[in-house]
Amino acid sequence: MKAKTVDKIATSVIIAIAALIVLVLAGLLGYILVRGLGHVSFHFLTSAPETIRKGGGIGPQLFNSIFLLVLTMIITIPIGLGAGIYMSEYAPSNKLTNAIRLVVEVLSSVPSIIVGLFGLLVLVNLFGFGFSLFSGALALTVFNLPLMVRITEQGLKGVPREQKEASLALGLSKWKTITSVMLPIAMPVILTGTILAAGRVFGEAAALLFTAGMSSPRLDFSDWNPLSPFSPLNPFRPAETLAVHIWKINSEGLAPDAGEIAAGASAVLVITVLLFNFAARWLGRYMYRKFTAIK
Amino acid sequence: MQAFGMTVNDLSVAYGDRTAVKNVSLDFAPKQVTALIGPSGCGKSTFLRSLNRMNDLIAGCTVTGEIWIRDQNINSPETDVVSLRQRIGMVWQRPNPFHKSIYENIAFGPRYHGTKNKKQLDEIVEESLRKAALWDETKDRLHNSALALSGGQQQRLCIARSIAVKPDIILMDEPASALDPVSTAKIEELIAELKQDYCIVIVTHNMHQAARVSDKTAFFLSGEVVEYDLTPTIFTNPQRRETNDYITGRFG
Repeated sequence: MKAKTVDKIATSVIIAIAALIVLVLAGLLGYILVRGLGHVSFHFLTSAPETIRKGGGIGPQLFNSIFLLVLTMIITIPIGLGAGIYMSEYAPSNKLTNAIRLVVEVLSSVPSIIVGLFGLLVLVNLFGFGFSLFSGALALTVFNLPLMVRITEQGLKGVPREQKEASLALGLSKWKTITSVMLPIAMPVILTGTILAAGRVFGEAAALLFTAGMSSPRLDFSDWNPLSPFSPLNPFRPAETLAVHIWKINSEGLAPDAGEIAAGASAVLVITVLLFNFAARWLGRYMYRKFTAIK
Repeated sequence: MQAFGMTVNDLSVAYGDRTAVKNVSLDFAPKQVTALIGPSGCGKSTFLRSLNRMNDLIAGCTVTGEIWIRDQNINSPETDVVSLRQRIGMVWQRPNPFHKSIYENIAFGPRYHGTKNKKQLDEIVEESLRKAALWDETKDRLHNSALALSGGQQQRLCIARSIAVKPDIILMDEPASALDPVSTAKIEELIAELKQDYCIVIVTHNMHQAARVSDKTAFFLSGEVVEYDLTPTIFTNPQRRETNDYITGRFG
């Protein structure tokens, strides 16, 4: 066969595969959105769910998901940044650090239901945190942290060596070089990665079933004292997130409109995760422009 | 301001088992430009990077020997590398301004070293840019990104940045090889200006450049200094056959 023909066949096969992927994705998204969007309204997004009557909403679940994400990020970002900086700039390259790297990789690929069970045994029972947002945030940290470490490490490794050397050659300390020269350059990569990781946290269900719990106390949205058991801000209360809610009403929902609620909640979840992705791309591009081109 | 030079005694550099620079001893006089020439891979850049301990960053690289500045052996393990580097400026082959404004590129070093006063910083920025012959081109856009400058302007900015922290010595690693002829000429003029205040060591591949800008020239071959003499002597009356072969273009 002539090289040209081979090239043509290979190109069409690749295009066909790409088209198939796009089609599957578009079909999936379209199906979820068409089924669910009709049910999404302001009332649906803000009101509490109903157990046996029609017309329940997903307000507390949506709030729980966002609050849990914030808590997880508060725990993950400082530790992840610190560990990433250490791995990239300070850790000597030897067997121990290679082993740490391997453990980090393995940790991020542990099935999330296993992380959930680990959370139940260790965080909920052994440490006595109970079914709470805090337990959930720690469980999510288990697979979010490795991502953060890797993202930070890659971001810093991607900084041109000359930039680092230029700063050191001026007589600046290593720490000042990292914080003032390297991190700003690595920031678009780190930020984009963080938002993508956040999308994964937002959609996670399995790890939360046994840690954050499958129910919410009746939340009083006028009580903002984080220590009160009915306050939405209390991190030690159980909290059913949006993804867990979808799973629950699909499997044991008693409300007559359980199907529509699940569809609507799925649409909201998908849209939010999509928004995370778009925000990540936009912010990454914006920061890249800001740091490289004319102000 | 008092000018200082640099004396290198018996310096060797090895990457693992491979020796890149062998027992080099050179004397760099204050207010003079010394050119390091030689074919690719002869160790001249490695040698240059040892002079401000930049090779410390490279795993497996060992530097032995003595480097004396102001009665201090800066290659001894006790030397505070961070403060030492303030006394030795460096300019790279490819311009590498920080991803900051023109003003910040210059003010960054002095501010870290203790000049917090805005007015003093303004003065340092202006003085450094003037010395680097960049003030007129940039004075109206000091707070624009340095990356919007042309390659030649960026390189002069990098020179301005290094003189802003008031070094004794400036190391230049092929500072004009990534630039067009006009920018190259400007950099060479600048080197002639700067030599009134600093001791400059420049690595170059361009022999005409070495002949134009330097007072003394060292010819490197396979990690050793073959010949070190006044530049006119090296280019018109070299004592060694290898030097003659190299400068007449028979190899390298």
